[in-house]
Amino acid sequence: MSSLYDEVTPTPPSDVPTRRVTIDVNGEPRTVDVEPRLLLAHLLRQGLKMTGTHTGCDTTNCGACTVLFDGRPIKSCTMLAVQADGHSVETVEGLASASELHPIQEGFKQEHGLHCGFCTPGMMLAAKALLEENPNPTEDEVRWALSGNLCRCTGYQNIVKSVLWAAEKMRAESN
Amino acid sequence: MALDEIKIGGMGASRRRVEDNRFIRGKGNYVDDIVLPGMLHMEILRSPMAHARIKSIDVSAAWEVPGVRLVLTGEMMAARNLAWMPTLSYDTQAVLATDKVRFQGQEVAAVIADDPYIAKDACQKIVVEYEALPVIVNPFQAMEASSELIRDDKENQPTNKIFDWEIGDKEGTDKAFAAADHVSKLELHYPRSHPSPMETCGSIADFNRATGKLTVYMTSQAPHIVRAAVAMVAELPEHMIRIVSPDLGGGFGNKVPIYPGYVISILASILTERPVKWIEDKTGNLISTGFGRDVYLKGELALRKDGKILGVRMNTISDHGAFYADAQPSKFKIGLMHSTFAAYDIPVAHLTSTGYYTNKAPGGVAYRCSFRVTEAMFFQERMVQAAADDLGIDQAEIRRMNFVKDDDFPHRTAFGFLTDSGQYEKCLNIGLEAIGYSTFKAEQEEARKRGRLLGIGISTMTEPLGAGNSKEYDILGIKMFDSAELRVHMSGKAILRTGAMNQGQGHQTTWAQIVAHELGIPADDVTVEEGDTDTAPFGMGTYASRSTPVAGAAVAMVSRKIRAKARKIAAHLLEVSEEDIEWELGRFYVRSNHERGVTIQDCAMAAYSNLPDGMEPGLENNAYYDPPNLTWPFACYIAKVEIDPETGVWDVLQFVAVDDCGVRINPMVVEGQIMGGLTEAYAMSSMQYQTYDEEGNCIGSNYMDYLLPTAWETPGFELYEVVTPCPHHPIGAKGIGECATVGGPAAFVNAVMDALKHTGVRNIDMPMMPNRVYEALQTGKDISGMPPVRSGD
Repeated sequence: MSSLYDEVTPTPPSDVPTRRVTIDVNGEPRTVDVEPRLLLAHLLRQGLKMTGTHTGCDTTNCGACTVLFDGRPIKSCTMLAVQADGHSVETVEGLASASELHPIQEGFKQEHGLHCGFCTPGMMLAAKALLEENPNPTEDEVRWALSGNLCRCTGYQNIVKSVLWAAEKMRAESN
Repeated sequence: MALDEIKIGGMGASRRRVEDNRFIRGKGNYVDDIVLPGMLHMEILRSPMAHARIKSIDVSAAWEVPGVRLVLTGEMMAARNLAWMPTLSYDTQAVLATDKVRFQGQEVAAVIADDPYIAKDACQKIVVEYEALPVIVNPFQAMEASSELIRDDKENQPTNKIFDWEIGDKEGTDKAFAAADHVSKLELHYPRSHPSPMETCGSIADFNRATGKLTVYMTSQAPHIVRAAVAMVAELPEHMIRIVSPDLGGGFGNKVPIYPGYVISILASILTERPVKWIEDKTGNLISTGFGRDVYLKGELALRKDGKILGVRMNTISDHGAFYADAQPSKFKIGLMHSTFAAYDIPVAHLTSTGYYTNKAPGGVAYRCSFRVTEAMFFQERMVQAAADDLGIDQAEIRRMNFVKDDDFPHRTAFGFLTDSGQYEKCLNIGLEAIGYSTFKAEQEEARKRGRLLGIGISTMTEPLGAGNSKEYDILGIKMFDSAELRVHMSGKAILRTGAMNQGQGHQTTWAQIVAHELGIPADDVTVEEGDTDTAPFGMGTYASRSTPVAGAAVAMVSRKIRAKARKIAAHLLEVSEEDIEWELGRFYVRSNHERGVTIQDCAMAAYSNLPDGMEPGLENNAYYDPPNLTWPFACYIAKVEIDPETGVWDVLQFVAVDDCGVRINPMVVEGQIMGGLTEAYAMSSMQYQTYDEEGNCIGSNYMDYLLPTAWETPGFELYEVVTPCPHHPIGAKGIGECATVGGPAAFVNAVMDALKHTGVRNIDMPMMPNRVYEALQTGKDISGMPPVRSGD
C-alpha cells in the first residue's frame, strides 16, 4: 500500500512478493498488501493498529489472540493474514458500539472477570461465539468453551460468572 | 450528614474496577501496544546449549539482511563495559555472553532491524561455534567435588556453591530432638516453576541525544529499582532516566528482575539514536527469565507423643541457576524461609540453607509469594501432616494443639519474627465445618466401596507480607519503604500517585477507596497513577504482597496529612478555633453546632482562594511509609479430593478457603486475588513445573510442554472470611495477593496423601501428575522428582 509519504528507502527493498488481501474487520472492508508469511494477529496489531488483540504464546495455546473468523473463534497468531482474504474478522474493538458496551463486556466488569486484562479480549470473543450458539449454557459448557484461553490472574471462576451474567442479560434483552 | 462510605466507593465497597473500562474495550496500553516514531525492533539470539564455551560468533551474514540496523554481540557490549550487569542479589549476570554460555536460552547476540520479522530472519543468519562443556542440572551434581565450575568468570568462586546460611538455635534444637518422644522426618522437592504471566517481558528504549534523556517503557513491577540499576549499569545520571511501566499483563514476580533484553535495548537505542522495541517471545520468557522455587528440603520435627511440636530442624538445598539473581531482601540468602512455622507455637528451631549454581535459568524470584515463603509454608504444612500421620493423630487436632492462641499475640517466633494478630482456630473451625469434616470418615468409607480413594488435606499458615521495615529489609541497600503523593484540585477532585506498580491488582480502584475512606472524596473523583518514575514518588514497586501493607498505608497517611491541613482551613472558614472542629466522613463541623460545617471540597477550593493568613497555598502532600512490622494474614485451605486408583487421576471434589487478611478495602478484589492464587496453587500441585533433561534442555519451553490449567481443569473455590485487623497498619489491612498461592499447594498434596495413607506412601513430590500417583499406588513407595527427570514424567 503506497502512501503520499512513503520513503524511497536507501536499503534495497525486500524481494519478498506481497499479496493484496481484503478482510472485513469489524464490519469494515480493509485492503492491505501483506507478505504471505505475515500472521493475522500481527496484521491486526501492527498493520491495522488494533492492539486489543494480544499475542501471548505464539503456539495457539493461550488464546490471548482469539478473534472471531466468520463468527468462529480462532487463534490469530497461527493464521496467516492471507488466509483471511475475503473473510470476516471480529476483534474486541468491534464488541462495543459508540454508546453501549456489549453485555459480555459488562459482565466481565460486573463479575470481576479480569485482573491484568491481557487475556480478556480473547476470553470475551470466545464467550461471544459460545453465547451465539448456546444462549443458555451451563457452567460446564462455559468452562469447556473457554478451555482454549488461558488466564493466570483470576482463577476462571469469575470469568465463568461473567459469561453467565452476560448470557442472562442477552436472553432478557432478546425476550 | 456524614457521607455513606459505601456509596462514595470507600472502604468495604466492592467497587467495580476503574481499569476495566479500558481493558474490556481492548484499549489497554501494554508495552507492545506502544509505537514510537522511527522505532526499530530487536530480537535476541539465545544459546541452544546449557553449558558451552563460545569459540566464535560470525554475524556478517546478519548484517547483509536488508533492513538490519545493528547487530550486537557480547564483545561489543564488553567494549562499552556492559557485557555484565549486577543482579538484585549482589551477583553478576551476563548481558550478552562473552566467554561461555551457562544455561540454555542465555542471550548471545541481538539484531536490531526495521521490522521484527527481519530481526528474526537475521538472527538465524548468525553462526555461533560452541564447544560443549559438562552440564549440571541439579544442586547435587553441582556439589560434587569433580563437577565443572560454572562461574569461572568470578574471582574467589572455587566451587559451585553460592552460599551457606543458617538461622535459629542449633544447640537448643538438638536438645529438643534428644528429648523428643518421636522424630518425624520428611524429604521434599518444591519443583522449579515459572510464574509465566500471559504477557512476556519487553521494553522500548528511547534515547534522545539532544536532551541526553533516556526513556524506557518496560514491563517492570518495580520501575524505581530499575531506574537506580540503570543509573549504575549504564552510568547515566538518574534524573536523565525515565522508566515507565505501562499496563502490565501480569507479573507474579517474573517482572521484578532486570533482564539482559532491557539493557541491550537501551544500548541499541543509544547507538542507533532511534527508539528500539524488544518483545520477548513466550519461549524466551519461559527459558530465560525469573523462575520460582527449586528447593530441596530435609525436614524434621521433634514431637511429644500427643502431637505437641517441641522443635523444628530444616535443611534446604536450593538451585539458583547460572546466576544468583534472586529477588529478595539482601540480609536473607534464602528469602524468608525462616518464616516457616510462624503460625505454630514452637519453642526452638534451626534452619540451614545452601545454594548452588547450576546450568539452568537464573531467577529465584518470589513467584506470587513473599520471598521463598511459598516453600516455607509448603514444607511446614507437609511436615505437620506427616507428623500427624506418623503419630496417628487427627490432622486438624495437631494444628489446633500447636497454633499460637488468640491471646498470645504479639508472639515471637522461634526464628525471631513478631506475629501480631490472628484467630487461627476460628479460621480452622470455619473451614472444617464447611468441608464437612465431621462426616468425612463415613464419606471416605462409602467411596472405598465404589473403588475410589477420598482424602482431605488441610493447610493452615500465617505468612509475612509487606516487606518491610527498613531496619530489616532492603534490596541492594535501598530500604523497602513505599510512598504516596496526593494532590487535591480546587474542585475537590484529586490525583494520587504511588511508588507501587499495578499489574492486575486493581490499584487504580482500591487506592482511591482509601482516599475516599480518609477524606470523604468520592473514589470516582480520584485519579490514580503509577509506574512513571518522572512523576511517581520513589517506591519499591509491587511484589511480595507489599502494595496494601506499604504503599496502601502511605495512601492513608498522605490523606491524613491533607485532612490535617483541611481542618485548619475549615476552622478559618467556620471562624472557630481548630480545637472546636469535628470531622465526619467528607465534612468538618463545629462541635457545638453540627449544622455548621464545610465539606472537604469547600476546604479544597479555599486552599486556592481563601486561606488563613500565613498558610501556604494548595492542598497537596506526600508520605513515605516505613512499616513498623510485616503484616501477618492467616489462611486455612482445605481440599477434598477423589482418586481413581485405575488411572491415578485425582479430582477436587470441594475446596474451602478461609482467609483473614485483616480489613478488606474492596472485598470483590480481595476475593479475586484469592481465587487467582488458589488456581496457581492448583497448577503447581497438579501439572505446572519446569524441568530439564541431562543435557540441560528446558522441558517446558512453551505452553505445549509447560502445562497451565484452563477453566476446564480448575476447580471451584468456596471462600470464607475472618477479619482480625492488623494492629499497626493505618487501616488495619494485611497483604492478601499471594496467600492462596503460598498456602494452597499443601492442601492439595495433603489431600492426595491422605487418600493414600493406607498404602504407606508418605510423599509424592509436586506436580502430582496421574502417572506419579498411579506409580505410588502400584509400588507403595514415595515418588520424588529431581531433574533430570526419568522418562515418562
